[in-house]
Amino acid sequence: METKNLITAISSDAAAGRRSFGTLLRAAFVAASVIAAVVFSVVAGPRADFAAAAETWRFLLKFVVTLALVATSGAVAIALARPGARLGMRVALLAAAPAILLGAVLIELTTIAPSEWATRLVGTNNMVCLTLIPLIGLGPLAIFLVAMRQGAPTRPSLAGAACGLLAGGLAATLYAAHCFDDSPFFVATWYTLAIAILTVVGAIAGRYVLRW
Amino acid sequence: MTRTDDAELARLFRAAISGDEGAYAAFLDGVAQLVRGYCRRRIVHGGVEPEDVVQEVLLAIHLKRHTWRQDEAVTPWVYAIARYKLIDAFRRRGKRIEVDIADFAETLAEPEKDEVGERDIGRALDGLAPVQRSVVASVSVEGASIGETANALGMTETAVRVALHRGLKAIAHRFRQD
Repeated sequence: METKNLITAISSDAAAGRRSFGTLLRAAFVAASVIAAVVFSVVAGPRADFAAAAETWRFLLKFVVTLALVATSGAVAIALARPGARLGMRVALLAAAPAILLGAVLIELTTIAPSEWATRLVGTNNMVCLTLIPLIGLGPLAIFLVAMRQGAPTRPSLAGAACGLLAGGLAATLYAAHCFDDSPFFVATWYTLAIAILTVVGAIAGRYVLRW
Repeated sequence: MTRTDDAELARLFRAAISGDEGAYAAFLDGVAQLVRGYCRRRIVHGGVEPEDVVQEVLLAIHLKRHTWRQDEAVTPWVYAIARYKLIDAFRRRGKRIEVDIADFAETLAEPEKDEVGERDIGRALDGLAPVQRSVVASVSVEGASIGETANALGMTETAVRVALHRGLKAIAHRFRQD
């Protein structure tokens, strides 16, 4: 077909499929949160002493860190869905969650006796953490990849990784309400590892499913 | 590309997104020229036909136009798509040559017939369902309007629009398989 004929055909299709990509992304985020919440309440649920825990800074800090990750990785994912979008500042802001966590680790290092470090690092249920965060995040990851497919990611692996990071942040936010280990040592080690698993899965999946 | 040119393209694209077919054709024509230049500068050793990439980019622009933010410049968006599609075309060509050249040595040795235009039309339309093929051929090659096509094929205008949209999607999909 000659290009001018193709242009005629495409321009005749001008009225088709007008939709808002922003609306689609918001809907995907809501759907992912709902699925994550359902899976969380089935496999885990909030810890018994939730109300008491909510008065300690270590418990609350987990949410500050994971929500910061959700906000910053979401911003990166949205940018990666649009061709030619500038990443600059959004990538820099990704450092926010690790920076807050690092600050908390430093406080823990100075206020807790070295003899207790190992106990706090290993925690009571690190294998549960490594299982449940990926499990809760799997549904959201699938939804984010589907939404990303509606976009036009020019870097499929990176876009998939951003979806995984966002799913990990979302899953970790919920899991934090279940988990009894509040020490920043534990969070920095096991939460990070669990979120990294989802990020790698997202990157690999992105390579295959995000081509267009 | 100067700022004025970008502003003009963006204006046409905004009009196109709200349904103005004339503006859409003008926009796509401008984009085709940009992308053609972009591809010709980068395809130095042959193997990839610049016009194939141009057509693939035009289809991608159409099917992904919701990813353009209407308050932003349009040329960075277009070039990002062109770059992605050009790299993809190089990658496919590399793969094809590695896999296929031994199997098709005889075919390759035969003299090329000079019917590029014919073959291209065939290739683009071949994979389409019969109705989609008639509609796309009527609108593109014969240049008929949606209304004329509907009359000629005994279809409703809505059915023609649906078939056209699906046909374009199928052509875009086929390009990626080739």
